[in-house]
Amino acid sequence: MSRILLCVSLLVLLCGCKREQRQFTAPPSTYKSYQVVMSDIHPGSAGLPQPVRNQSDERAYDTSQGKQLFIQYNCAGCHFNGGGGIGPPLMDAQWIYGDTPENIYATIVEGRPNGMPSFREKIPDSQVWQLAAYVRSMSGQLRKDVEPGRNDDMNSRRSEQRTEEKTPKRTTPGSNR
Amino acid sequence: MSGGIQSALNPAGPNAGSLARLWWLMFWVNAVVYVLVMIALVIAIRKGTRQKDLNPVLNISSKTETRRRNVVLSAVVVTTLVLFMFLIYSFSTGRSLTADIANKNGLSIEITGRQWWWEVRYNDVDASNIFTTANEIHIPVGVPVLFTLRGGDVIHSFWVPNLAGKKDLIPGKISTQWLQADKPGVYRGQCAEYCGLQHARMAFWIVADTQEQFNAWRQNQTQTSVSPATDSQRRGQQVFLSSSCVMCHAINGTTAGANFGPNLTHVGSRNTIAAATLSNTREHLSRWIADSQQFKPGNKMPQNNLGQADLYALVDYLQSLK
Repeated sequence: MSRILLCVSLLVLLCGCKREQRQFTAPPSTYKSYQVVMSDIHPGSAGLPQPVRNQSDERAYDTSQGKQLFIQYNCAGCHFNGGGGIGPPLMDAQWIYGDTPENIYATIVEGRPNGMPSFREKIPDSQVWQLAAYVRSMSGQLRKDVEPGRNDDMNSRRSEQRTEEKTPKRTTPGSNR
Repeated sequence: MSGGIQSALNPAGPNAGSLARLWWLMFWVNAVVYVLVMIALVIAIRKGTRQKDLNPVLNISSKTETRRRNVVLSAVVVTTLVLFMFLIYSFSTGRSLTADIANKNGLSIEITGRQWWWEVRYNDVDASNIFTTANEIHIPVGVPVLFTLRGGDVIHSFWVPNLAGKKDLIPGKISTQWLQADKPGVYRGQCAEYCGLQHARMAFWIVADTQEQFNAWRQNQTQTSVSPATDSQRRGQQVFLSSSCVMCHAINGTTAGANFGPNLTHVGSRNTIAAATLSNTREHLSRWIADSQQFKPGNKMPQNNLGQADLYALVDYLQSLK
């Protein structure tokens, strides 16, 4: 009996390994452009573009790094701590340019109208993916064990881990709330 | 007892001097009072408790009663007088610190406290003489200088013990502080209000120069940055302008113009980097750029994964910015 219990608990422990993975040497930066999915209707026969899997979405280290980069690259200068101000809020369910990892990547790398600058070749690729993972965690869209569990600085809101998951809604600029 | 580059007991200017005088007056008066109280205590203990004092019956003669009352009364009067003297002296010292004498001189420096460094801006009526630097403040000797203090993010406090008392930098509020250095020298300042993870490593230097040295320094600081002279420096400038450096730092005379981090136009001329945490050497600079978090965990400079050749070229360029 105790042997079975031991095996089960070891198996359960294995599940935790994924969140602890990290990439120690970042590959050289490459910048791809991804198509933003604004609608389910798509011209031509090719169908919708294939979604990209962001490995950082599954790694606790990466989302925590993303959280630090969010302050260090002064994303908080416009988006504040997620509540928005000069830029749109990131902790709510409204997404103007898409909520998928490749959409967020494109938003950061290419910039968006009405103020979002392009950070192409300024922020290394690996850090962009970490930021993209963190941005999704702000509205609770990642696994709970991966999302940052506490705020390092001011406690302006609940940590990402304690933020309830919000179902993404598409919206157009100016129409949110 | 006196000495040290970060000590209020080693005043180097009139502002800190009057504070030190107030401190020593309070120290000696209190020392005398302490000794007198201890003597009185020892006498009382040695006399011991007499048997008749334990008896609550009022058998004290009216003569003893009067004597004791006079002792207590005179002690209260002396205490009150001493405290009033302190009050008046401390008030007049406070008035002399806030006096508006610095305005006549015209040298006005604007300090903005940021997590965790000091932005220093030299104002001037002539706009071409205005420049911004960080963490190293040069002032001429013998002239009162007016500091305008602002909080950039959270509350900090500006404190150069050898020259003046503390003054808080509060976001949304402009405070002023004047100070004057009477002898040339280097004085260390420190943030004196807890402001986050790296509060302890948020220091700065005040360099008191002679008027000629100061003028030369200032003349150099108002210039735009020097152009890179060697191939390595040219490559370094290219690295600076095409990586994440430009997102936060400014180098006047190039396209880099951000003001989230310290202005690096003359970074090579500074003695320290990272808010007086590290001496400005090649090794420190390159290790700081690659991974500043190992020196000041939590600071707002991200890690930079540059190749070694690019990193060394960048350090060459930054060190050439005298």
